Amino acid sequence: MIFAGIDIGSNTAKAALIQDRAIIGVRVIPTGYHHLKAGTRVFEDLLDQTGLSRSDIRAIVSTGYGRASIDFADKAMTEILCHGAGAHFLDPDIRGIIDVGGQDSKAIALDDQGQVDNFAMNDKCAAGTGRFLEVMANALEVSLDQMGEVGLTADHPSKISSICTVFAESEVISMIARQEKRENIIAGIHQAAAARVAILAAKIRIQRPVMMTGGVAKNPGMIAALETQLNQALILSPYCQETGAIGAAVLASRLPA
Amino acid sequence: MSDTPSPPPKIMAAKKMRDLMTTYYLEALSAAQNHRQVAWITSGGPVEPLVAMDIIPVYPENHGAMIGSAKMGEDLCAKAEDMGYSGDLCAYARSDIACAVVKGGPIGGLPKPDMLICCNNICGTVLKWYEIQARYFQVPLFIFDTPVCHTGYTPEIAAYVKTQVNEYIAFLEQVSGKKMDPARMNAVGKLSYEGQRLWQQVLNTTAHKPSPMSAFDAFFFLALIVTLRGTQIAVDFYKELIAELEQRIKDGIGVVPDETYRLLWDNLPVWHRLKWLSDRFSAHQACLVADTYTSAWCGALKYMDENNFLDSMAEAYTRIYLNIGVDEMAEEVLKMIRFYDIHGLVMHSNRSCKPYSFGQMDIMRIVREKTGIPVLMIEADMVDPRSFSESQIETRIDAFMEIVKHKAGRS
Repeated sequence: MIFAGIDIGSNTAKAALIQDRAIIGVRVIPTGYHHLKAGTRVFEDLLDQTGLSRSDIRAIVSTGYGRASIDFADKAMTEILCHGAGAHFLDPDIRGIIDVGGQDSKAIALDDQGQVDNFAMNDKCAAGTGRFLEVMANALEVSLDQMGEVGLTADHPSKISSICTVFAESEVISMIARQEKRENIIAGIHQAAAARVAILAAKIRIQRPVMMTGGVAKNPGMIAALETQLNQALILSPYCQETGAIGAAVLASRLPA
Repeated sequence: MSDTPSPPPKIMAAKKMRDLMTTYYLEALSAAQNHRQVAWITSGGPVEPLVAMDIIPVYPENHGAMIGSAKMGEDLCAKAEDMGYSGDLCAYARSDIACAVVKGGPIGGLPKPDMLICCNNICGTVLKWYEIQARYFQVPLFIFDTPVCHTGYTPEIAAYVKTQVNEYIAFLEQVSGKKMDPARMNAVGKLSYEGQRLWQQVLNTTAHKPSPMSAFDAFFFLALIVTLRGTQIAVDFYKELIAELEQRIKDGIGVVPDETYRLLWDNLPVWHRLKWLSDRFSAHQACLVADTYTSAWCGALKYMDENNFLDSMAEAYTRIYLNIGVDEMAEEVLKMIRFYDIHGLVMHSNRSCKPYSFGQMDIMRIVREKTGIPVLMIEADMVDPRSFSESQIETRIDAFMEIVKHKAGRS
């Protein structure tokens, strides 16, 4: 039996299909303005990609900020539960999750059964989120993809002290004016964002091993900064960005028939 | 889930309370025409001597709650910021400071005070806030100083606070030009004690399953024990409310249809989102059956002697919930979790109220260690809607309820 998960995040829409505890396909597209359209498209693209049709899918769970818009899903569940289920599915030993998403950062604690036991999220402010990195990348005229690599070559990371994204951007602009090296500023940005996320992990006293999920887990500079802040290696999966969608599919498989 | 259960009948006493509060505010607003004096007082301040001397107490904080509920907080807070006050300052203080100038808010501003009574058992902000208002209105200010009881109430604290009770009465006698009548003071003390005892009884009714009212109702009914404490009006009203709630219990009327999960709220309400929050929790069959906030107006009963009110008042007002150490606060929370049979704790990290929000991380840890129940932290502000992110809070509530349901074995 095949189950689907659809994760409508603030930046990207993700879909995943699982069958007999195996991932049979994933797909990511930009979310854009219309949540339902994005959800429908990412799901249909994935069906095309895997040569399946709607009737092959036993149940669908939607998640992410746009979860309620997906009217063809059987149930909407929060991304906290879905990232928990997804990480546990990818690696049953995982006890802690760091999910840095577009709009939200989360630290999630799993119990030994893989159930979500506790979580902490960033407050209303965007510091320490993917959005923070995006704003900074813009200010520095680098792409998000380049940003992760460039930061690793820093010789003396700059110190960003502002906690607010808007203030931090002004701080970065004054560093640019002082002609600080771009790689040092970027490393400083990663450390500032990682420090915010580490506070969330400390709030819930996250246990090892910790998996990093969400799109930002593709950024090696951010991973390095987080590993330093958390004083441990992070477990990474090739499916980091799709973990929420995979978890949604896992939870779909547990829905009563 | 397809059949939406019909909403339970409204609590009838609500209308009566609205009428009583309207009468109270009309009386306060027309005080000057009737040659009566008005004192502005902090919510946790010792009001009984005022009542005994026939001075009308007015509460800028209660008014702040009304401003929040009426969704007038944003404009007034912004006005105070225009005047130069920081956006990090308490929203009750900001909205009151702005209201004094523009006569804004749901009742067109509070009556001008003849004196100000500031008790710092709730926070330190009130000191500066009341100093500002004393200068603005050019009226005398009395500061009733209650040292924080982090680890207990010492004889030194007792002696210090008792001295102030005497100074307080001397201040009132001087400003009003009248002598306090000890017999009248005794009678007011008894009524205050009785009102608080009845308020505790109101709150206790929610231990019943299903709960006949919720913390959202308690936030509303609280107004009377704050503003009319020490009067027969409060005593009579709460007796009537208890009778109605007991009847609801007899009739099996719960405030949340199909109440399945029972939650405890910590900190002040988010006044501007009461209905939204109530609906969100109800949609999960969850009832916020109790809260630490409204209990603060009866929590110190154990230190009170109704036959010797003035002497025991010092201790009672000093040992209120916000003026004790975190360990003792956590103990109070644990007691409530047991008494109300709670499945989860919802903590409002309130940008406005630093003293209330400061120890929450520790209380959260203690509660999780001692009970294992899930704890949710949401960031908001009691009056200023600009510190509220609806979709973020919605996700947190949904995720929290998923954990609560799982732990209760009903997911």
